[in-house]
Amino acid sequence: MPVIEAPGVGHRYVDRVVLAGVDVRLEERRVGIVGANGSGKSTFARMLNGLVLPTDGWVSVDGLDTRREGRAVRRRVGFCFTDPDAQIVMPTVAEDVAFGLRRRGLSRAEVRERVDRVLAAHDLAGHADHPAHLLSGGQKQLLALASVLVTEPDVLVMDEPTTLLDLRNAQRVSRVVEALPQQVVLVTHHLDLLDGFDRVLVFDEGRLVLDDVPDVAVPYYRKLMA
Amino acid sequence: MTALGLYRPGTSPLHRAPGGLKLLLLLLAGVGVVLLHRPWPVLAALVAVVLCYAVAGLSPRVALAQLRPLAWVGAVTALFQLVVAGWERAVVVVGVLAVLVLLAALVTLTTRTTELVDAVVAGCRPLRPLGVDAERVGLVLALGVRCVPVVVALAGEVRDAQRARGLAASPRAFAVPLIVRSLRHADALGDALAARGVDD
Repeated sequence: MPVIEAPGVGHRYVDRVVLAGVDVRLEERRVGIVGANGSGKSTFARMLNGLVLPTDGWVSVDGLDTRREGRAVRRRVGFCFTDPDAQIVMPTVAEDVAFGLRRRGLSRAEVRERVDRVLAAHDLAGHADHPAHLLSGGQKQLLALASVLVTEPDVLVMDEPTTLLDLRNAQRVSRVVEALPQQVVLVTHHLDLLDGFDRVLVFDEGRLVLDDVPDVAVPYYRKLMA
Repeated sequence: MTALGLYRPGTSPLHRAPGGLKLLLLLLAGVGVVLLHRPWPVLAALVAVVLCYAVAGLSPRVALAQLRPLAWVGAVTALFQLVVAGWERAVVVVGVLAVLVLLAALVTLTTRTTELVDAVVAGCRPLRPLGVDAERVGLVLALGVRCVPVVVALAGEVRDAQRARGLAASPRAFAVPLIVRSLRHADALGDALAARGVDD
């Protein structure tokens, strides 16, 4: 598994500290992140792919610094957002999946082969030429996920990917995530998604307050939020 | 939901024609049609465009859906021209507008956005010495096409929320949340593009 290092990481927007003193090394296959809204968990997740740069400390993925080698980091670390509508870039399903492969030096045949494979793996093959905005919420999230996975990242960071979904679609996305061979860092409010995870980080008021296995971290988080 | 100018899969000759050629023909037709000054040639052009829709396997309903957003502008323009310049001029102006909108929609309905982007990128490449980023121009085009249904959906949601609160007659109550949500969407889209390495 890739190794994500974040020693002494913090972030502030002008005078407002949103994250401080986070010191972690992530090398497990499944890492969960929980915390209340505004706890700094999404800011931390965004740091893992260089979307947000730390104002204190540094973040690296397999030795690649997110500040100096952002491009290489983004090629290794895929990012999936909460709202799939905000990350679908192209009008049709197949085009959106293919979008991430532009400028990768692949031939048209290679792009088509990869796109077809990913769409089939996510039950979207029958929708290849459909307008992306006409898909259901669950299908849109699967499309967003497929568009990231087609680039074959080593790490997948997901920021509350099931928050806008109903239970059936949330479970569908959860099953897809479960089967992924990649290292997954999942930010979520759905605590049952963390079953079987190796490690859970609990954030509160911009600090990492607990870093443990789910059996310890989830009850702690429930108590913290009570 | 909107049926405006979104690609409809097909195997017609229009679907198979290269995107760059279609864009070039659209440009030439656009220039040609504004040179028409009499009603009959304009009506003939309109019939020809409708025939092109049939060739592409697109129903008259799809063609009409492309003209629907033009209805108010067309009606006001027709009335103005009718009063100021007579019926012939009204037919020419509104007919030319309809031909242009139908032609542009026909191109997007029969061409994948990727193909259009590729054509625009290829067309802009010679402008690189002037500082034009061809890939960026193509991306803006793709995002423009993609954002039409998004903004239409946002407008629908805002209108529903407005009705639920009994503010149906307030343009301000419609415009402010629509602008705020559109800007928020643009912000999130920017993050998504950055995450997918577009700026790298």
